Amino acid sequence: MNIPLNIDWQQILLHWMNLAILTGGLYFLLFKPVKQFMDKRAAHYQALEDQAAAKLKEAEELKAAYQAKLDGAEEEIHQARAKAQAAVQQSVEEQMAQARQIAAKAQAEAEHSRERILKDSQRELRELAAEAVKKLTARPNADPFDEFLNLAEGGGNPHEKR
Amino acid sequence: MKEHKKALALWLTAILLLLAGALLTGSPGRAESVQEAMRDAVLHDVNRVSLFGLKEVNPGLISAFTVTGLLLLAALLLRVFLIPKLQYQPGKLQLILEEAVGLFDSMSKNSSPHRHGFLGAYIFAAGAYIFMGTLFELLGLQAITVHGEPITLPAPLSDVNAAIALGVLSYLVIVSGGIAGNGVKGIGKALKEFSLPISMSFRLFGALLSGLLVTELVYYFVRLSFVLPVVVGVLFTLLHALIQTYVLTMLTALYYGEVSEPAEKTINNGEK
Repeated sequence: MNIPLNIDWQQILLHWMNLAILTGGLYFLLFKPVKQFMDKRAAHYQALEDQAAAKLKEAEELKAAYQAKLDGAEEEIHQARAKAQAAVQQSVEEQMAQARQIAAKAQAEAEHSRERILKDSQRELRELAAEAVKKLTARPNADPFDEFLNLAEGGGNPHEKR
Repeated sequence: MKEHKKALALWLTAILLLLAGALLTGSPGRAESVQEAMRDAVLHDVNRVSLFGLKEVNPGLISAFTVTGLLLLAALLLRVFLIPKLQYQPGKLQLILEEAVGLFDSMSKNSSPHRHGFLGAYIFAAGAYIFMGTLFELLGLQAITVHGEPITLPAPLSDVNAAIALGVLSYLVIVSGGIAGNGVKGIGKALKEFSLPISMSFRLFGALLSGLLVTELVYYFVRLSFVLPVVVGVLFTLLHALIQTYVLTMLTALYYGEVSEPAEKTINNGEK
């Protein structure tokens, strides 16, 4: 049979054989090894990426933990500060109360001392007066009343004018 | 500056002398008319080449074997000298190789995500064959016809038998994808595209043959053989190589993906 365009089935089969050889040869010599290498490299970089992601996640968790700790520490500091302020306040109040007690005690002691001194001075005055009376009474020529007046006016020794 | 002018004048003189020499020498006469040359470029019924003394074949078949031999030799050299030394940070040659493999591999994966192992290998080989086969005509390798005349080996796919072989083989690959993916339904899906082998074959044949005819025509006349071959011979061939490689591999991958895609299962209540 005369096929148009000079189509030759035998040559077509030879071309198929040629293409089969080429496809197989290129697959085993180039396509497969290069693809395997590319897959291996992709797996390598994927593993690196996974590692980086895991480390990043770990770091994020660590950061969150430290942040939580930091938040807890701030709360703790706040509580400690409040406690310290309360303690200081209490201490101040105690000191003030103590100071007031000391002041009251000192005032009472001062009052007591003043009264004691007053009593002592009165007692001394009485003793002085008694002594003076005794001395006056012990001088026979003297009029006790005049002596007394002289003493009161002169404020000093009744014998000085003499 | 003066030396440059002198060199330019020498260059132009050499070109003019060579041109004059070529025109004055003349040629031994045409072996065939332009009509015969064109007819033979299409039908290959005159200038046939002996295949190891076994059979007279079209020169396209010799070209096909030569291209396959060159490609396999290059692949073997790359396999022995380059592939064992592949680096994670590639050099220029490794980058080209990876780009070529990655291009066809990703094309097969994108077009046929369900089944792409064999498809990638096939379109890689077909792409390399079409691209290098089309560029092969630029080498201008000579063969001797059975009549003892020298001829330049054409691109393999400018032979209708090579184009039919590749087109039909691509269709058979698509059918095989349908069978592997969907069984009998896959065959049905693939057979719906019955015009594919014809369209793929004759698209390749037409594209490559037109390039061949234009080149034959240009070289047939001496006065067209200056400057013009740079455009029609090199640029058009490069464009042909790229376009035909892309078209056939893309079509094969697309249809393969379409017929091998598993059919959606119907749920009992009738919803898909």
